[in-house]
Amino acid sequence: MQLYHMTAHRLQQMLAKGEISAEELCRSVFQRIDEVEEKIRAYITLDRENALQQAKAVDKARRAGEQLPPLAGIPVAVKDNICTKGLRTTCASKILYNYVPPYDATVMELLHDAQMVLLGKTNMDEFAMGSSCENSGFYPTCNPWDTDRVPGGSSGGSAAAVAAGEAVLALGSDTGGSIRLPAAYCGVVGMKPTYGAVSRYGLVAYASSLDQIGPFARDVTDCALMLNVICGHDPRDSTSVPYDKPDYRTFLTGEIKGMKIGVPREYMGEGIDSAVREIINKAVRVFTDLGAEVEETSLPHSDYALPAYYLIAPAEASSNLARYDGVRYGYRADKSEDVVDMFKKTRSEGFGPEVKRRIMLGTYALSAGYYDAYYNKALKVRTLIKRDFDRALEKYDLLLAPTAPGTAFKRGEKVDDPLQMYMVDICTLAVNLAGIPAISVPAGNVSGLPVGMQLMGKPFGEGEILRAAYAFEQCSGICCQLPD
Amino acid sequence: MAQYEAVIGLEVHVELKTGTKIFCPSSTEFGAAPNHHVCPVCLGLPGVLPVINRKVVEYAIKAALALNCRIAPYSKFDRKNYYYPDLPKNYQISQYDLPIAANGYLEIEVNGRAKRIGITRVHMEEDAGKLVHQGSISTTPYSLVDYNRTGVPLIEIVSEPDMRTPEEAAAYLEKLKAIIQYTGVSDCKMQEGSLRCDANVSVRPAGQTGLGTKTEIKNMNSFKALQRALQYEIERQIDLLEQGEQVVQETRTWDEDRGVTLSLRSKEEAHDYRYFPEPDLVPMVISEEWVNEIRSTLPELPDRRKQRFVRDYGLPAYDAAVLTSTRELADYFERCVELYNHPKTVSNWVMGDLSRMMNATGTEIGDVCIRPEQLAGMLQLLDKGTISGKIAKTVFEEMFRTGKDPEAIVKEKGLVQISDQAVIEKVVEEVIANNTKSVEDYLSGKERALGFLVGQVMKATKGKANPGLVNKLLREKLGK
Ligand SMILES: [Zn+2]
Repeated sequence: MQLYHMTAHRLQQMLAKGEISAEELCRSVFQRIDEVEEKIRAYITLDRENALQQAKAVDKARRAGEQLPPLAGIPVAVKDNICTKGLRTTCASKILYNYVPPYDATVMELLHDAQMVLLGKTNMDEFAMGSSCENSGFYPTCNPWDTDRVPGGSSGGSAAAVAAGEAVLALGSDTGGSIRLPAAYCGVVGMKPTYGAVSRYGLVAYASSLDQIGPFARDVTDCALMLNVICGHDPRDSTSVPYDKPDYRTFLTGEIKGMKIGVPREYMGEGIDSAVREIINKAVRVFTDLGAEVEETSLPHSDYALPAYYLIAPAEASSNLARYDGVRYGYRADKSEDVVDMFKKTRSEGFGPEVKRRIMLGTYALSAGYYDAYYNKALKVRTLIKRDFDRALEKYDLLLAPTAPGTAFKRGEKVDDPLQMYMVDICTLAVNLAGIPAISVPAGNVSGLPVGMQLMGKPFGEGEILRAAYAFEQCSGICCQLPD
Repeated sequence: MAQYEAVIGLEVHVELKTGTKIFCPSSTEFGAAPNHHVCPVCLGLPGVLPVINRKVVEYAIKAALALNCRIAPYSKFDRKNYYYPDLPKNYQISQYDLPIAANGYLEIEVNGRAKRIGITRVHMEEDAGKLVHQGSISTTPYSLVDYNRTGVPLIEIVSEPDMRTPEEAAAYLEKLKAIIQYTGVSDCKMQEGSLRCDANVSVRPAGQTGLGTKTEIKNMNSFKALQRALQYEIERQIDLLEQGEQVVQETRTWDEDRGVTLSLRSKEEAHDYRYFPEPDLVPMVISEEWVNEIRSTLPELPDRRKQRFVRDYGLPAYDAAVLTSTRELADYFERCVELYNHPKTVSNWVMGDLSRMMNATGTEIGDVCIRPEQLAGMLQLLDKGTISGKIAKTVFEEMFRTGKDPEAIVKEKGLVQISDQAVIEKVVEEVIANNTKSVEDYLSGKERALGFLVGQVMKATKGKANPGLVNKLLREKLGK
C-alpha cells in the first residue's frame, strides 16, 4: 500500500519507528496530487514548498530526540474557508480570490502546535453554500469513486482529497451537513462536533449559529486523533464552551454492549433510497450483534428542519456576507460612479448565484414586517427540533440514520433545481439546528458508490459516538476502502 | 394665534473611557495616526469573532445606575444592518430589544423649577470609523477611511419625550454630562465626539395630550447648537401648522453655518436595519451581586453633593449648583475649604475670579495651575493683612498665569500691604495738603469726597496701603 493511502495512526507508528520520514510521506502525497489532482480538483491552493519545509522540520526535531505530538508530520488539507496566515483563503469565491489573511484561525494554530503538515486549501461550494461542490467560484471538484459525480458539499474538496489519497486528514466545516454529506459520498469518515466544541475563530462565517469545524479521516481512529487536536475552549470565540476535553482514543474499545440506539423513523421514510435503507438496516443488525439495543423512535418535527434551516442560515449569511463590499480587501469592481455603485457592482460581480439567492432569502426573512412570520418562527421551530433531540437522547445514547437519502449524484443533475439540491441535506440539517455532534461513517456501497451511516449523540458526547462508530468499523470491516 | 407646546426627547451617545475597544484588545486612545489602533477583529476581517470587554459592561452598568436605571438581569446584543464604508462589517453590534438597562430618570432645574426627566433605556454598542473627504462629501474624488474609532465602546441613553423647551433639553444634557462625568466612565467631550446628541422634536397645541408628528435632528455639536437647532425646528414646525400644513416625519440635519435644519431623509427612505440577535455573542446574565458591587463604587453624584454643600458649608443653592456642576470643580472647591475653612469666601473666589479667568482663557478646571494650597495660602495672606483685597486680585491673576506661590509673587513684586501707621500718616498729610478743594467738600458734609482722598492715598502708595488704616487716619486728621 502506498504511503498516501495509509491511515494517520499507521503512518504515525512508521514515523515514530523511523521507518519513513515526514518528508518522504509529504513527497508521496504530493506525488499522488500530481497524478490525480487534474481529475479530482480537490484543491484551490497548494502550499508545496512550505509543506515540505514543515515536514523537514518535523524530521529534524525527531532526529534531535524531541518529544513530538501524535500527529507530527501527518499531511493535512484544510477547507478554504478557514483562515491561514499568509496563505490565500478564498471561500471559493471570486469576491475573495486574492484575500490573504494576516492571522491564523485557532484550529490552524492547533494544527501547527500539533506539527501537522499543511498541504493546501481545498475546494468547496462558495462560502459553504451548497451540497455538491459545484457552486465553487472556480471549478467543481469530482468524486474520486466516479469523476462524473459530485463529491458532495460544501466541504467536497476536503472529502475528495482524503478519499483520493491527496491528503491523509482534512478539516472541513459543517453548517447543515457540509462535512457529513461529502464524507458519505466519498466513503470517508467525517464528523461535525458539538456546537461550541471547536473554536470558530478564523472560520469565515456562513451561518454563525450553525457553523462548526470538523475532521475528515480514513477511519474512526484517525477521526479521534484529529478531534484530540482541534477540540477545546477558545476565549476568542464567545460561543466556544469550556469543557473537560477527554482523550478521544480512550473511547475506541470496540465495547458497546447495552448501548441504546434509536433509529428515528422520519429518517428512514419515503425520501430515502431503498438501497440506502437496506444498508442502514444491515448496520442496525451489526449493532444488535454487538450487543446494543436498537429500536425505532421518532423525531416528530423533522419535516420542519429544512424550511427552518433555509430561513435561519440565509438570515445570518445575509449579515455575515455584508462585509464583502470591495472597500478593504478582496475583489473590487472598477469604474464605479460612487461608493454605493461600487458596493453594488462588487457584490453583483463577486458573488455566485447560490450565494446571491441565500443573501436575498435572508434579507427578506429579516425585513421589517416579515421578521416574525419567517425568522422568528424559524427560531421557534428550531427550539422544537432541539427538544425532539433532547427527548430522544434522554432515552437513547445515540441516534442512527442514513447520512444522505442517496449516493453521489451526477454533476449537473441538480444545479438547475435548488430545491432538489436542498433535499440532499434532509438527513443532516436538523443536527446543526440542535447543535449536537454527529458522525458519518462508511456503511456500504450501492453500485460502487459509498453510502454513509450517521450517528448522532448528546452535546459533547463525541466520545460515545466514536465508541459506536469504532465498534461498527471493526465489526463490519468497512473502512479504508479507497478508490484507486 | 394658538399657543403651542414642544415635545422633545434626546438620544445621547457617550463614549466609554475603557482602555481597549468593546470587542477586541485594540486601544481606544484618541488622536492616533489613522488606522493605528486596529486589529483583525475591529477591521471585521473574514473569520473574526467579537468578545465582549467586561469593563464596557461594568461602565455601562455604572452609568445606568447613576441615572437611576434598572439593570436587566438578562441582556443580549443584536446586529443592526446597514451599508456604510466606515462600518467594516456593514453591520453594527448594538442592543435592540433587551438593553442592559431601562427605566431611569434625572432631575433638572430650569428657572428655579425642578423637573424629572425619564430615561427610557441605556444600551451598549460599538462606534463606527471615520470617513475623510477632500472637501465636500459630494464632490470629493475619493474618500479615506480611518478605523481607529471602530469598536470604541458607546452607550446610547434614550430619554422619554419629557422636555418642553430647548432650555430644558440643554439642562438635561448638562445634567446627563455631569452625572456621567462624575461616574468617571466617560470624558463627555462634545468637541472630541465622546458626547453626541440627537433630538426628536414635535409640537402640539398647548393642552393637547396626543403627540404631533416628530422629526429627528442630527449633527448638533455643542450645547449652543442643540438649543439653536431645537429653537429653529420648533418654530419651523409651528409655522407649518399655522399655515395649515403638516409636519413630515423625517430625519433632519442641523446646518450650523446657516442656522437651519435641513431634510436628510424621509420616513420612506429610512433604513430597515433588519435587527436580529448577534449569533457570535452569548446573552449576558448579570448577577445582582455584580450590580451591587458596581453600585458600591459610585461616587457621590451632583444632586447629593449639591445638597451637602448647602447643608454643610452653608452655601446658597446657586453657589452649590455651580460648584457641583463638574466633579473636578467640586473636588477643587472642597480641597480649598479643607485648607481654608471659609466656604463662602472660597466659593466667591472660585465662582468669581477663577471662573472668569477660566472662561476668558478657555481653561478647564483640570488644567488650572493654581493648586488649592495656593488659593488657600493667598486667602490667608489676605486675612493676615499682608495683602489688600485689591492686591489679592493682582496676585490671583499672576498665580493663574504662572502657577507660582502667592508668597513668592507678593515678595517678587513688592506687593506687601503697608500697615505702618507712620508711613501712611505721612502720605495722608501730603494728600490733605494737596487737595484742599476735596478737603473743604468733605468738611462741608460731602461724604463722597473722602473716597476721592482715599483713592489719592492708594494711588500714591501704588495700592499697597492698608485701606482700613487709610480711612481711619484720614477721618482722624480731618477731625471728624
Ligand atoms: Zn481591534
